[in-house]
Amino acid sequence: MASKIDKVFYDIGRLEILAEQNSPIHRLDPRAKLLVTIFFVLAVVSYGKYAIADLLPFFLYPAIIIGLANLPVGYLLKKLLIVSPFVLFIGIFNPFIDREIMVQFGPLAISGGWVSFASLLLRFSLTVGAALLLIAITSFPAVCGALDKMGAPRILTVQLLMLYRYLFVLVEEGIRMIRAHALRSFSRRRPRYRIYLQLLGNLLLRTIDRAQRIHLAMLSRAFSGEIKTVRQFNFGRSELLFLLLATGALITLRTTHLTDLLGRLLLEISQ
Amino acid sequence: MHMADALLSPAVGGIMWAATGTTIIYCSKKIKHSLDDRKIPLMGVMGAFIFAAQMINFAIPATGSSGHLGGGLLLAILLGPSAAFLTLASVLTVQALFFADGGLLALGCNIFNLGFAPCFIAYPLIYQRITRRRLTAGRLLLGTMAAALVGLQLGSLGVVIQTNISGMLSLSFSSFLLLMQAIHLPIGIIEGLVTAGVVSFLWRTRPEILDRTGADQDLAKLPLRNVLIGLGVAAILTGGLLSWFASENPDGLEWSLLKATDQPELHLPATAGKTRLEKLQEQTALLPDYGFRQENQTGTELAAAKTGTTVAGLVGGAIVLLFGLLLGTILKKVGRHRGQQNR
Amino acid sequence: MSHHIVEVKDLAFTYPDRTPALQGISFRIHHGESVAIVGANGAGKSTLLLHLNGYLTPTGGQVRIGDYPLTRETLREVRRTVGMVFQDPDDQLFMSTVFDDVAFGPLNLDLPVDEVTARVDKALATVGLSHLKERPPHRLSSGQKRRVAIASVLSMAPDILVMDEPSSGLDPRARRQLIELLRSFHHTKIIATHDLDMVVDLCERTIVMHEGRVKADGPTMAIFGDAELLESCCLEKPLRMQGCPLCNK
Repeated sequence: MASKIDKVFYDIGRLEILAEQNSPIHRLDPRAKLLVTIFFVLAVVSYGKYAIADLLPFFLYPAIIIGLANLPVGYLLKKLLIVSPFVLFIGIFNPFIDREIMVQFGPLAISGGWVSFASLLLRFSLTVGAALLLIAITSFPAVCGALDKMGAPRILTVQLLMLYRYLFVLVEEGIRMIRAHALRSFSRRRPRYRIYLQLLGNLLLRTIDRAQRIHLAMLSRAFSGEIKTVRQFNFGRSELLFLLLATGALITLRTTHLTDLLGRLLLEISQ
Repeated sequence: MHMADALLSPAVGGIMWAATGTTIIYCSKKIKHSLDDRKIPLMGVMGAFIFAAQMINFAIPATGSSGHLGGGLLLAILLGPSAAFLTLASVLTVQALFFADGGLLALGCNIFNLGFAPCFIAYPLIYQRITRRRLTAGRLLLGTMAAALVGLQLGSLGVVIQTNISGMLSLSFSSFLLLMQAIHLPIGIIEGLVTAGVVSFLWRTRPEILDRTGADQDLAKLPLRNVLIGLGVAAILTGGLLSWFASENPDGLEWSLLKATDQPELHLPATAGKTRLEKLQEQTALLPDYGFRQENQTGTELAAAKTGTTVAGLVGGAIVLLFGLLLGTILKKVGRHRGQQNR
Repeated sequence: MSHHIVEVKDLAFTYPDRTPALQGISFRIHHGESVAIVGANGAGKSTLLLHLNGYLTPTGGQVRIGDYPLTRETLREVRRTVGMVFQDPDDQLFMSTVFDDVAFGPLNLDLPVDEVTARVDKALATVGLSHLKERPPHRLSSGQKRRVAIASVLSMAPDILVMDEPSSGLDPRARRQLIELLRSFHHTKIIATHDLDMVVDLCERTIVMHEGRVKADGPTMAIFGDAELLESCCLEKPLRMQGCPLCNK
């Protein structure tokens, strides 16, 4: 259990270091990247239940971003795989219920259920992958900064930043507690309810005390109820270009059946 | 109980984001007016606490599984509904970004499902009503349990409705709803037990902490009439939707079963799972031929053409994928090369 | 202008649960002085510090900072004048980057953006961490965190630095660097600590607290030479003033 926590910890750290790289993509204003990610997700989920071929070209986006931003493909794929069992499990029932034959490749008949299942998996990889990519090319504070500039309530962005800041502190505190418990509980892997409540309650008390000390530290630096920052972003020409290119490409993909056209063309040539 | 992008249609995702966004703005205004700047750091660290707390779990006797805290109700009790909703929104945002939990579009649904019901329905209408007049250990337990149960039931109802309207799965409504709610019963009980345990721990060790939030009456002022009207409207809407879906799609048991697996910490005992699986098989055997009725009528070929899933489409797709792979590799090489030159 | 910059007169404080923490504390600290406040755990050091920037309101007596008595009206000015460095840097560094943290105080003083950045740069240069501006605090070492915490106070240009256990949790080298850094400051310094060796290095004057009262107040060397006094306050002589345990000299 403790190792699971350590892993989460390590994971955030890894993504954070990825986001600190200096590539053309990393240098872009976070607002541009956030917008493109949102448009991308919307485009992907707007397809029907049985879309497969039309979804494939959307993998160009992660390919280009991974290439330009120099991201480790294996690591990102592994992160996707960790969460995929959920969608796999939900989707796998489609083939059993939806048995109508939908596509016929010579002797091979594929039911609608399998098609929709495959479509679900593609959709999942694309949308969840897009969120991961966003955080790998834009640091979390920068995403919050972008939200702030785009009109999200200040209290929410401040709250996000503080949560992120103290995540590390509190998780470490939690790890210490679990370790102390594990050292004295021998074979039992997980605490029982009563002890669990003690652990949780004590962690909560420490947390509330910490909040009080932080408030004190804020007050002693002239805090008067509103958190101010001077984060400056620059939405310049390259951001505009990125946004226009990406949006244009997304609209084109969404309105045409690119793969179908390409395939037909190829099949005709070969005949 | 997390929603995922892959299960959502843009319309449903958009509507839920609008609902969540409106609630966030409402909460921010409310907090600004309350002028208690102590809450700002408290919200921040409480969000981090929920994270840390979710990583600690406890053994449930005789099941071999473990439970942990969801957190919505606990936040509401300690921070008041508005601050709790914002804090929970932050927790879910960080989960969506760093742990690939659901995706960005589904985030709107998740914040709403897991935040709105505990903060704005279960807490003021159940927990507060039971504990406000007199706080005793019994009332505390009763209030927390009831509020946690109702909060989770409403949240899972949200998941059911959103998924069904989106229609990405071949499953649908009827008995599904019943089972889905049944599955969230034990989850709700665990949430209630943990929340009650932690709150009464606080109450015993540092009662002034609870007094402080209790004194923050920004919730009790919430006019009951308005809330009831809102609930009534919601009930009529849901009822209408429910009956519509029940008649439209006479199935959907299975989906709720699957949804239960979204809670990996709560493995159902093997025997129960088996009987349910058997039931499921019966169901699918009884209803072998349904699914996309409309497409059936027009013929499979048309359906295939409509969705672009043809041989040509797949060939084209393969080419595009290959091209993407190549492009990515080249870009990466070029980038590295340039990086070295710059150094 | 009065030349004694911090004056505490008959200060008394009782916590709401009726624990008396301070029972009539009085002292004056003059401009540029460097004063240590020592005493056993629970002697009231932290409670005293919390009065110096007005976080706690005394149940009796008065605090004067510079020319102002500490009241609700002067609170803002006092908090700018008194820079408070807390024991746990994780409490003090609550923003998500070093820059944002050091800029927090100046921004609250409503300074123009240029002035804020200039002050941040200067403060970070003073503590020697200009290169870590964009780093999130959770990826700093303990020594670095402590320095950033100090920078986050320096950027407000305070006259008085109040520090609670500045050397706790530091490795020997980081501690040595911190002492050198603090020695280079010309501010009035008030340091509450258990690290008596650091006191010998930094403070010419020491106030000994015991059970909410001032037990002794005088030149550091004289106080640390009084074994009986230290004993009665649960303290020990600094290591370097003790005989060598190996050769008994």
